[in-house]
Amino acid sequence: MQMGELAADEHVKYILSVEKRKDSLESVVSEHLRMNGVYWGLTTLDILGKLDAVDSNEVIQWIMKCQHESGGFAGNIGHDPHILYTLSAVQTLALFDKLDVLDADAVSNCIFLFVICFYAPNSHASLETLSLSFFKSDIAGLQNEDGSFSGDMWGEVDTRFSYIGISCLALLHRLHKINVEKAVDYIVSCKNVDGGFGCTPGGESHAGQIFCCVGALAITGSLHHVDKDLLGWWLCERQVKSGGLNGRPEKLPDVCYSWWVLSSLIMIDRVHWINKEKLIKFILSCQDTENGGISDRPDDAVDVFHTYFGVAGLSLLEYGGLKAIDPAYALPVDVVNRVFLGKK
Amino acid sequence: MHGRPRKSSKPEDPAAEAAKAQLIRDLQSQLLANHHNKIYTKEALDLSAELLSKNPEFYTAWNYRKLAVQHALDSDPDSADSVLAVELQLAQRALVKTNAKAYGAWHHRRWVLSKGHSSLDEELRLLDELQKRDERNFHAWNHRRFVVALMNRSDEDELEHTKNMIEKTISNYSAWHNRSVILSNLMKKKVQEFSQKDQVLAREYEFVREALFTDEEDQSGWFYHLWLLDQTVKSESPLLVSSWPGHGAEVILLRGSYSLDGSFASPFNIYKSDSGMLPLILYFNQAVKGVSSTTVTVSLGPNVNKDVVWKPLSAANSHVARVWVAQLSFADVELQSLEACSVEVTIGESSGIFSSSGCHYSHPSRLAFSVNVKASRTESGGSDLEHISWGNENFHLWKPHNLDLNFVPIDQLSIKDAHEQAPSTWQAEIIAEEIKHFRDLLDCKIGKLTVARLLTAHDALISSGTSVHSEEILRLYGNLMKVDPTHSLYYKDEHSLALLNQLTSRRESLLNHCFQYVDSASSNDNNLICLRLNNLSLSRLGSLEKLLWVEMLDLSNNELQSIEGLEALQLLSHLSLSKNKLGSFTALAPLRQLKAVKVLDISYNEIGAHSIDTTRYLCSSPLSHSIESDWDCKEIATDGVNVANYWEAFFVLKPLKNLTQLDVVGNAIADENFRLFLAKVLPSLKWLDGGS
Ligand SMILES: [Zn+2]
Repeated sequence: MQMGELAADEHVKYILSVEKRKDSLESVVSEHLRMNGVYWGLTTLDILGKLDAVDSNEVIQWIMKCQHESGGFAGNIGHDPHILYTLSAVQTLALFDKLDVLDADAVSNCIFLFVICFYAPNSHASLETLSLSFFKSDIAGLQNEDGSFSGDMWGEVDTRFSYIGISCLALLHRLHKINVEKAVDYIVSCKNVDGGFGCTPGGESHAGQIFCCVGALAITGSLHHVDKDLLGWWLCERQVKSGGLNGRPEKLPDVCYSWWVLSSLIMIDRVHWINKEKLIKFILSCQDTENGGISDRPDDAVDVFHTYFGVAGLSLLEYGGLKAIDPAYALPVDVVNRVFLGKK
Repeated sequence: MHGRPRKSSKPEDPAAEAAKAQLIRDLQSQLLANHHNKIYTKEALDLSAELLSKNPEFYTAWNYRKLAVQHALDSDPDSADSVLAVELQLAQRALVKTNAKAYGAWHHRRWVLSKGHSSLDEELRLLDELQKRDERNFHAWNHRRFVVALMNRSDEDELEHTKNMIEKTISNYSAWHNRSVILSNLMKKKVQEFSQKDQVLAREYEFVREALFTDEEDQSGWFYHLWLLDQTVKSESPLLVSSWPGHGAEVILLRGSYSLDGSFASPFNIYKSDSGMLPLILYFNQAVKGVSSTTVTVSLGPNVNKDVVWKPLSAANSHVARVWVAQLSFADVELQSLEACSVEVTIGESSGIFSSSGCHYSHPSRLAFSVNVKASRTESGGSDLEHISWGNENFHLWKPHNLDLNFVPIDQLSIKDAHEQAPSTWQAEIIAEEIKHFRDLLDCKIGKLTVARLLTAHDALISSGTSVHSEEILRLYGNLMKVDPTHSLYYKDEHSLALLNQLTSRRESLLNHCFQYVDSASSNDNNLICLRLNNLSLSRLGSLEKLLWVEMLDLSNNELQSIEGLEALQLLSHLSLSKNKLGSFTALAPLRQLKAVKVLDISYNEIGAHSIDTTRYLCSSPLSHSIESDWDCKEIATDGVNVANYWEAFFVLKPLKNLTQLDVVGNAIADENFRLFLAKVLPSLKWLDGGS
């Protein structure tokens, strides 16, 4: 394998092998987010054109075992449901064109639940009773006053969850069930004077958070709320001398920001403001060309998270031989088109 | 996994690591068992605490702790203080000892604190400790804002805190950010010493200048300075910038095949419309909502026309836009009437127009123009349709017959001066002062960029329309493209904007680009004036508020990737975008709003050549839930042609009902199948790539 080229075969091998190393310390401490890992790994395989290397039935069965009775998904079997993992589950099913195995109403109702949990974060009610009262109520009346989303029944509010909720509902064709305008207003209230977005109103701009907010605004046709030139300048200045991108001013570059920064720049049509060739070089320099996988920076330890963001970043950079990925839904373009533009 | 060296992926002591993995695995499975069985004994709680101190990312364990707290409080409400104190300790240990960025631990802490049983004194101390280790930890900053709100600590104290943090480390962007948040708040509330905007800004300019001059590579102050500049020049309340027809214009509305003989009218003021409809365009300095027949009154002669329907020109179906258009009907005006019809428009006399941030339109303005309808009894039909050829030989520099240059529509912009009070001197003074300082920093990138921005702001502020510094601004951006090649296209875009501003702000320079279209091969004199902005290496469009009158526009041979903003040119009927860098049909989405377009040349672009579409979400589509899909592959498919990849073309071109001439040759997408598809979805098309 030559330096300066994508070690595609090695990355495929690496991703397939991660599943088998369940006993390592690394996989034990990340057991709780296995659902994310499955989405990262399988999306990478699909971008590399190798999704058929996995047994889709096995994956789908496992995903469905992570579904909680409330409709939401957990990061692993027996863990609590959370909106973070619900999106990964829905995305992975979309990859396999298997969204129909879901009861879309049950899943989206669980997301509404996360919306309303902000209302009563300290409530003693269990998820089940909350859910019960929810079904008897009017959805619009229950939606959170300020339009924000919570991650789970415990009321943590973050614009990450706004993105996740909106993306998930959109993939399930259930976006019309929430008050989109309010959800958008909440995101706009997290906009900063540098053009970026934070977790909550007043929170510092951060590339990951910006992706979430810009993505949610893209999905809801609300990008007119973004000051594209101001945010575009902030984002393009994330590119440092090595060609890599950082996530905030005066921080180190990191491969995962290839995704957060790039996808945001693409959604607001300002990606030409960075040097793509230099970024491609930086991502490729973070590969483990021997054993596969991509790390945050050159010569660091690889993981599935950075492998996904590296490969997805290369796809956004139109690197040859890769399937195109959609900047808002973080799924291959053909999958997104299939969901929203109907069957062929 | 961040910052862990690759070679250590082989553990130094495999046995110890395996043991540790086994321990955590056991803790995790025991915790899940306790959680499912709702066991909250001391032993079970200790186990969860041990797990969380080793792996604070295990979110289900934090949930378990919360249920345990509720369980304890249910059985003994008086135990709240001690029970919650334990939770705070647990979260603190996880943050201080294991992972200062564990979302679950931070949230757990906030969850406990919001119950209101705990002292908040400990919080600021804990934050100081964590911020000493990492002054950019955004979890800690978020927590600080949360705690400060709970404590009712004053904004003034918090502003002082940011000052201290910045003085310690000027590159603490987090502190600069927090300062911008607090200061915005104080200025909005007009708290005593923050009520004088000019004084506040002058102080802040000095403060951030110090940082910028200390280390010009450090980005922390860059964005803060730009924000101050924006605060200096931006008018909070929306303003009307221009309109078509302009104030004082004498429009001649031609219906049917009526032709004007002689040169008594400027071609700029002639508008042809078979239906007798005249567009009225309002261009604001920022996006506004609430333009309607109540907030804008239009009187034709003595009668107020209450039926005017205003339409926002925005991508999505939002009700907020910079440009609004209404169609005024002159269909009932008697034919050959000698009297011109006077039209009066008042904007914002009754309230209801707001900026998107909720600022009221507070400069009610009035504009008046006349419309002279000239019509023949015969409809023009389609017989005068003529193929347009964009070749240089068909364009002749336009020379006004009459020396009275007032015919040139640039005067229609005078509306700007009509209602705007003289620019406040403090703004001009502050900017002049900044320009003076930053001229000392011209040997570095941020110095050049800042001077270019300050000069641009200065020109816009003091010289209403003319651009005294435009040459210097262009030079600075040209230079920046060389010294900072990584971002060269950012500077190129800015250069294009400055160039268009220069070119459109003076009548003489604009006239150099006005050409008369005369097809040498045809006898038909169609009196078209073409604005030719071709061959200018433009990468971006701007100054469109000054071009609302344009009906024929040649933008060929530039480097445009986008035509954002072009939707404002509602009169546009002929457009060439040939030989640019347009990468997709979604990049042409503004055309959806330009229903008068008859002739469109998009040949020799890059449509279909890119796998990633950078305007996919700036275009209304089912993906962005901003349009109902009337896209039906089956209905459109012809003779086995796979049309699945043509949906963007469908969305953009389908609304152009008047399109008779289209050139798409020289794009990757333009193969024979695509041509068949176009012929099917565009029945009005007469010439495709030159052929009938
Ligand atoms: Zn990373």
